[in-house]
Amino acid sequence: MNKQRNIQVAVTLWTLTSKEIRRFMRIWIQTLVPPAVTMSLYFVIFGSLIGPRIGEMDGFDYVQFMIPGLIMMSVITNSYANVVSSFYGVKFQKSIEELLISPMPNWTILLGFILGGVSRGIIVGIIVFFVSLYFYPEFEIANPGLTILVLFLTATLFSLMGFINAVFADSFDDISVIPTFVLTPLIYLGGVFYSINILPEFWRSVSMANPMLYVVNTFREGMLGISDVSISFSLSMISLFIFIFTSLSLYLLHKGIGIRE
Amino acid sequence: MNNFALEISDLRKVYSGGTEALKGISLKVQEGDFYALLGPNGAGKSSTIGIIGTLVTKTGGSVKIFNKDIDSNVSAAKSILGVVSQEINFSQFEKVIDIVTTQAGFYGITKSIAKPKVESMLKRLGLWGKRNDQARTLSGGYKRRLMIAKALIHEPKLLILDEPTAGVDIELRREMWNFLKEINKNGTTIILTTHYLEEAEQLCRNIGIIDQGEIIADTSMKDLLSRLDVQGFVLDLEEPLEKEPAIDGFELRLEDSLTLVTAINKDKSINGLFDELNKLGIKVKSMRNESNRLEELFIEMIKK
Repeated sequence: MNKQRNIQVAVTLWTLTSKEIRRFMRIWIQTLVPPAVTMSLYFVIFGSLIGPRIGEMDGFDYVQFMIPGLIMMSVITNSYANVVSSFYGVKFQKSIEELLISPMPNWTILLGFILGGVSRGIIVGIIVFFVSLYFYPEFEIANPGLTILVLFLTATLFSLMGFINAVFADSFDDISVIPTFVLTPLIYLGGVFYSINILPEFWRSVSMANPMLYVVNTFREGMLGISDVSISFSLSMISLFIFIFTSLSLYLLHKGIGIRE
Repeated sequence: MNNFALEISDLRKVYSGGTEALKGISLKVQEGDFYALLGPNGAGKSSTIGIIGTLVTKTGGSVKIFNKDIDSNVSAAKSILGVVSQEINFSQFEKVIDIVTTQAGFYGITKSIAKPKVESMLKRLGLWGKRNDQARTLSGGYKRRLMIAKALIHEPKLLILDEPTAGVDIELRREMWNFLKEINKNGTTIILTTHYLEEAEQLCRNIGIIDQGEIIADTSMKDLLSRLDVQGFVLDLEEPLEKEPAIDGFELRLEDSLTLVTAINKDKSINGLFDELNKLGIKVKSMRNESNRLEELFIEMIKK
């Protein structure tokens, strides 16, 4: 009986996850192509045109220094955007009722959406990495294990944040406010384009309060072997926030906040 | 062990704005029944259905589906329940076949098992030819059929339909009635809410009427209809009249020069009226019921 139930739950999880993956693949021109185009522009303008005038950053060519930051920026925005738009979309279209009426446990609903966001984040990360190889073919990953781990953890963390945003969202404005006014500035100021070592002391201290700095630098440690922050501290904080946001998401689903009347 | 498909006890719902939608209703629906839940807008029908389907959180009370409590045994209760909501609730951008196959997956049915079931269900509901169409391109009637296909794909023992024929043309409505009668005959318990009282009268054996969050009637259709004191008739006349005739004991109204409307008490024979009309030289070409019988009773009950 338990085995049968476990198989049923696995089928429900796979159904939702594959539906989520199918969704962003179906609209690939809106989901997978734009990051490749935008990041190509960054590489052309900041890497090829302005980069040589900047010279080196922390001992690396500027274009090489930017690669981990730009990949992280794409992973963060895409994993967040995938879940926030998909979950708000099912709320808006009322197709969330299909899930709520079914016997799917709440954790499979959450995991299905998160895996959808993680998949898009990782696919976009890989696309941007291949774009970067065009501009810097000799790029070598310093620590592939750490790189993959941070890629996965970051996509998970921001998918969870997208989910929570969508739960509370009541309009399309609500799902664009946080990405536009919170995430984007934090990402841009989080060390994607520069090392905080070039900042004056005061702004360096202020930057330490930006969570994006830890995500970007941990990833840069994986790809280039350099970081402005402690890796063990960063990984612990990312894991802690994944735990907190997972618990919060499950609580919201259990209580039906934002999804049940 | 009882054989109730649905048992609702002291169900209460107070919305966050303070509206008391359900004031402790209790209801039992027998296994195999075709049950109508009627009530005016805002009476609490959709809140009740929402709570049964766990789309609405209840304030108090209990709900059991085939003896499985929706609080303590939620997965088991949900797996035998199918709900056709009032509003369209599928992704408009997916193909018809994908929507139904995905729905089966949400009930733990693997793709290989779901495939023949989906094909059979779409064929039964006349959707097979549209299986590769995006849902948004379907007409209103086909969207309704898709909602039913989705709700039935996991073969629920209890099917709840919240105004399934709203906005559907007469032909399709009749088709859906036949389909619902057939699945009820095959053992599925059906609960139906509708504004078309003729629909309830045609399909349902038992009926509950809910008004202002309270059950004001829960009985058999036969029993309810027997409470009617007055029956309305429309008489189509052969020759036009200028004024309605005055006949003792019968209330007559001229709707237009060729249509006479009357209401006759149960204890009176309609033959008496025909005798009197004959005496006055008024010839009746044909006769029909003035309106749906249940409708009259319904309006009378919710006015009280």
